[in-house]
Amino acid sequence: MISSALAGRRIGVTGATGFVGTALVERLLRAVPDCSLVLLVRDGKRTSAAERVRREIMRNNAFDRLRSEWGDQFDARIASRVSVVSGDVGTDGLGLSPDDRRAFASCDIIIHSAASVAFDSPLDSAIEINLLGPMRIAQLLNDVGPGPSGRLAHLVAVSTCYVAGNRRGSAPEELVSAGPFDIGLSWRAEVAAARRLRGDTEAASRTPERLAGFRADARRELGAAGAPALAEKTEQCRERWVKDQLVAAGRSRAASVGWPDAYAFTKALGEQALHETKGSVPVSIVRPSIIESALAEPFPGWIRGFRMAEPVIISYARGLLKEFPGVPEGTIDVIPVDIVVAAIIAVAALGPESAPPITQVASGSTNPLKYRTLVDNVRDWFTEHPIYDSHGQPIVVPDWNFPGRGRVQKQLSRAKTVVTRAERTLQSLPLRGVQASWSARLEERRGNIERALEYVELYGLYTECEAIYQVDNLMRIHEGFDAADRATFNLDPNSVDWPLYISTIHLPSVVQHARVKTAPGKTTVDRRDRLRKQVLDPSRQVAAFDLENTLIASNVVEAYSWLATRRLNTPERIRYVARTLREAPGLLAMDRKDRADFLRYFYRRYEDAPVEQIEADAAELLSQLIMTKSFPAGLRRVREHRALGHRTVLITGALSFAVEGLRPLFDEIVAADMTKRPDGTYSGELAVVPPTGETRAQILADYCRAEGFRLEECVAYADSTSDLPLLEAVGFPVAVNPETRLAAIARKRGWLVEDWEKAEGAPRRLLPIGPLVSESEQKRFAVRSRRLF
Amino acid sequence: MPRPGFVLDVDRSTPPILFWRGENFSLEKLPAGRSRVIYPPEPLPAIDDVDGAIRHALLNPIDQDPLPSQLFPGMRLTIAFDDVSLPLPKMQRPDIRQRVIEAVLDLAAEAGVDDVHIIAALALHRRMTEAELRHAVGDRVYDAFAPRGYLYQHDAEDPAKLEFLGTTPQGEEVEINKRAAESDLLVYVNINLVAMDGGWKSTATGLASYRSLRHHHNPDTMTHSRSFMDQHRSELHKSNWRMGKVLLDSGVKVFQVETTLNTDTFPKPFDFLSKREWEWTARDRMTFLATTKALNRTPHRLARDIFHSIEAPHQMTSVQAGEVEAVHRITTEHVYKQQLVEVKGQTDILTMGIPYISPYNVHSILNPILVQVMAMGYYFNMYRGMPLVREGGVIIMTHPCRPEFNPVHHPSYIDFFEQVLADTTDPHVMSKKWEKQYAEDEWYRHLYRTGYAYHGVHPFYMWYWGTHGMQHCSRVIVVGGDQKTVRRLGFVPASTMDDALEIASDVVGRTPTITHLHTPPLMVADVSL
Repeated sequence: MISSALAGRRIGVTGATGFVGTALVERLLRAVPDCSLVLLVRDGKRTSAAERVRREIMRNNAFDRLRSEWGDQFDARIASRVSVVSGDVGTDGLGLSPDDRRAFASCDIIIHSAASVAFDSPLDSAIEINLLGPMRIAQLLNDVGPGPSGRLAHLVAVSTCYVAGNRRGSAPEELVSAGPFDIGLSWRAEVAAARRLRGDTEAASRTPERLAGFRADARRELGAAGAPALAEKTEQCRERWVKDQLVAAGRSRAASVGWPDAYAFTKALGEQALHETKGSVPVSIVRPSIIESALAEPFPGWIRGFRMAEPVIISYARGLLKEFPGVPEGTIDVIPVDIVVAAIIAVAALGPESAPPITQVASGSTNPLKYRTLVDNVRDWFTEHPIYDSHGQPIVVPDWNFPGRGRVQKQLSRAKTVVTRAERTLQSLPLRGVQASWSARLEERRGNIERALEYVELYGLYTECEAIYQVDNLMRIHEGFDAADRATFNLDPNSVDWPLYISTIHLPSVVQHARVKTAPGKTTVDRRDRLRKQVLDPSRQVAAFDLENTLIASNVVEAYSWLATRRLNTPERIRYVARTLREAPGLLAMDRKDRADFLRYFYRRYEDAPVEQIEADAAELLSQLIMTKSFPAGLRRVREHRALGHRTVLITGALSFAVEGLRPLFDEIVAADMTKRPDGTYSGELAVVPPTGETRAQILADYCRAEGFRLEECVAYADSTSDLPLLEAVGFPVAVNPETRLAAIARKRGWLVEDWEKAEGAPRRLLPIGPLVSESEQKRFAVRSRRLF
Repeated sequence: MPRPGFVLDVDRSTPPILFWRGENFSLEKLPAGRSRVIYPPEPLPAIDDVDGAIRHALLNPIDQDPLPSQLFPGMRLTIAFDDVSLPLPKMQRPDIRQRVIEAVLDLAAEAGVDDVHIIAALALHRRMTEAELRHAVGDRVYDAFAPRGYLYQHDAEDPAKLEFLGTTPQGEEVEINKRAAESDLLVYVNINLVAMDGGWKSTATGLASYRSLRHHHNPDTMTHSRSFMDQHRSELHKSNWRMGKVLLDSGVKVFQVETTLNTDTFPKPFDFLSKREWEWTARDRMTFLATTKALNRTPHRLARDIFHSIEAPHQMTSVQAGEVEAVHRITTEHVYKQQLVEVKGQTDILTMGIPYISPYNVHSILNPILVQVMAMGYYFNMYRGMPLVREGGVIIMTHPCRPEFNPVHHPSYIDFFEQVLADTTDPHVMSKKWEKQYAEDEWYRHLYRTGYAYHGVHPFYMWYWGTHGMQHCSRVIVVGGDQKTVRRLGFVPASTMDDALEIASDVVGRTPTITHLHTPPLMVADVSL
């Protein structure tokens, strides 16, 4: 009897937050009533290990069944049976405190299921976790020595069938190093090489040329977002580059020595290292193949995470993956998670003496799932239950022809090139609003293609793998069970009816997890409405607005032109227009580079302008320029915020006199202030740094601090990435008519995007030139204005 | 001798009838045997010596002393005049207001009056631009008064420049321009285009504040004005007259100068627009064809500019001055003489072509709300006796009804359209739920006072104008209008006149009687059974 064999035992579990780990913890708590658990969990970035257990494990729907069985007692029972130690299998000594060290080592059984399973993890982290992890646990047990029971804990290490590497034919339940295909790799040499590679790559990423490249990438992505934002992005680019290098290194190293990827490769060496260094620790290894959703326990279809075959299936259902490599008659070795968990528990229950040293949990040798069966079932199911695109239309799934991997990759690469080029082209165009969202959509599409490419590369290796994993040990355990254990801990791969499993258990669960649309009809509007409701919630405190292209479709150059030409006669106007058009490209380039510099340079044109005249004209500017170019929906939104009791703040690089007309809309206007001279003219110089880029975030932060508001309760409206610091600083960012880069960012981060337009019927002037003032007025100002502009 | 108005019974030989469609027009064939077309009377002959007539009126006022005897040195004289909403289209220079104001100023100068203010009585309308002021009062007056701040526009939102004068027995508050109220004499210079204008409405509405206006610009008053063009049955009229009494009682002395114009609306070569279709010459037909073809190819913004540049050859048919009510009685007679057409019996369907202009969109766009006010507020109310269309009947209008708004002139209209009409089209509901918010909006107030925007509450008033019409008719159909916009207004869109008649048939049957209001020029139907 398994449950009686484990009764009263203390069982340590690593990797409890993972797919297998969660199922394992739940199963032990439910099916082995008298055991207690010690979970070794890493601290999160912001949360403690204990908190992670509460949030990430106990709240998982795997526990729904237990929760309803135990009712009110759930929390109390969990608390009495589960203890948490904070540690990390990726660091020497597992990063445990002395107390936790003893507590963990005093377990009767330790089930090590922590692994870096991401098929694209960097080589060095895969080495640290997968290769050195099991060894570190054995070392800890040896160091601490036997506990009160006088015995060292039984270490059950979860590995993978794929440690057998790329081979055809039978793969028995033995150490790779014991088999005929061992090439005699030294795991110590691989550890040293991986660690050195990390150092080398880090150093390589910091060469001036590379750093300049990262800076350029960051700028391309963000535009003139200000120094701090660019710095952050640049560092992200560098880290991403380092990671990519290490992922590529892992993949090529694994391929060079005959494994499908770094995961299988490091796991294989890990088994070897554990074998060599385990000392007197009794070790059993359990090797599952590709683990998929549960057959029956805790409920049919239970799955956690989304990193195995699911992305491939969903990409196919979305019509993204038109082809997938694989041999139709090949076997794809899939095993439901509850069978794996039952096998692990069975091995633990048998104890070091009776358990086989290696147990493979796979279906390929006794109940093979043929690739064609899988594909046919998937296609049939999605034909019957299509998922829907964003327009609410069902997506038709393609037929697969089982082409070779090379052809599929070529197809996808070609698609990627086309989309990337189109995206570059769009990004270089000055688009806004709806048009800009095309580019964002393209970017999303490119992301999808890139991901599909990766899947094809990675999973292709697995689906093309034709090794047959022997399960003699597993079947022997199964046969040794009595009927009760067979019912409670089903570990028989033959019990799976594949077509039934795929269509009634696995696919419904995958689709539900993928959060794809499974019903016709549009949903985007609802999301916008929901976000709008959040933005217009009375508990918000401040609404900050950018001006240009957020509230009005105009800019400082237009305002200047309007003021400058208002008192010029026709020939002078023509000269002015010609000059401005000539200068325009230069001004535009300058603006793209640094807005503050541009403003300072441009505003020098106001030097010697008479204050009195400008102020008189600025009143007309409101009607003739600002109102005609305004977005009525934007102005309405400002007032909606005011009506809700929010403070409204305008932060603009425009000159204060030019935005004076908007005063009644805002509680606070932060604009560029130009110094006046005693003779009643403007100096052309700004009193302080104009509010642009990161300064805006600072201004809003200062305002909130002074007025006792919280930035998390602020709303900010802006149109370009130069306002990114402002948008990122607040709790509720809104992208208004975003230009391409911001549209992409807003889409990724799920920000509210508003498309505000000028009033239909607003006068459209080709050139922003002020209409002539009447003759008498002209005469009054003639002398001064001549001198000026 | 001009011919009077005329009701044509449509038979098989009747040519297609002209329908205005905003900045365009079309010819529509009306069903023979049960349709009729009402044509306005032809323009009355004008007074030859306009300046002489004005001077005569000022020197021989009705029920008041001659103007010169009311002027004395050291007095405060205020001249108020009707704003840009009159006349329509704007008249060719010199504007009649300029002539009257110049005559008054001459007399004032002779009398040694030097404290003179000239005020545009625009109530809650938008402020006039310099060019518009110059057009109305003339360059001479403008240059003499405006730069020194003696020619300006009434501000219904400046508490310092308003004076509360009391309430009527019905509790209506009377608050008007302070300078006008405190002057020794207020000369009001009016243009009386329709019977609703003038009389006490000039001062009690034109120079009033929101506080005062809301008492008669509301759905209830509008429901009980059957119609505005019939003084005896207009609650709007009665309310203004009650307020006039308060003005009199609080010592405001008004010298009312009222003028009437003939309906000479369109200059050559567009005079065919006022003609009866069967009298069109070959040249008229050519012009019509050329114009519509050209307009179909012209961007409508440009077409709008072209139409708004039309200046009407209106001419003065009468001028009278003196005591407000006595003057207005004579004025009204003159208006009726020009506009009244006798019509026997009501109709099932009233059709109308909505032109490009209304009092509220001079140099601007006839936005959807103004389309509504033109049809349901103005054209529907162009009756005396009983409405042209029977109760439960249908109105069919033609207009493109684009969702276009002038953001400078009509900012609150945009929000009204997007916010209020999306919520309700019921005047009573919106007046309770939304009006206050718009009327007291700081931003609209700012734009009204410093820019060229209609007051925030103005779109509500426009909607209220249509209250009576909307209650009276069971369906309103817009031919050729933007579908979404038409539905937002609570009307039914149709693509052709035949479609519209088809849509109307489930209310009025397959063989309804149809009456077409052939306007502009303006007319008032005198309907009897």
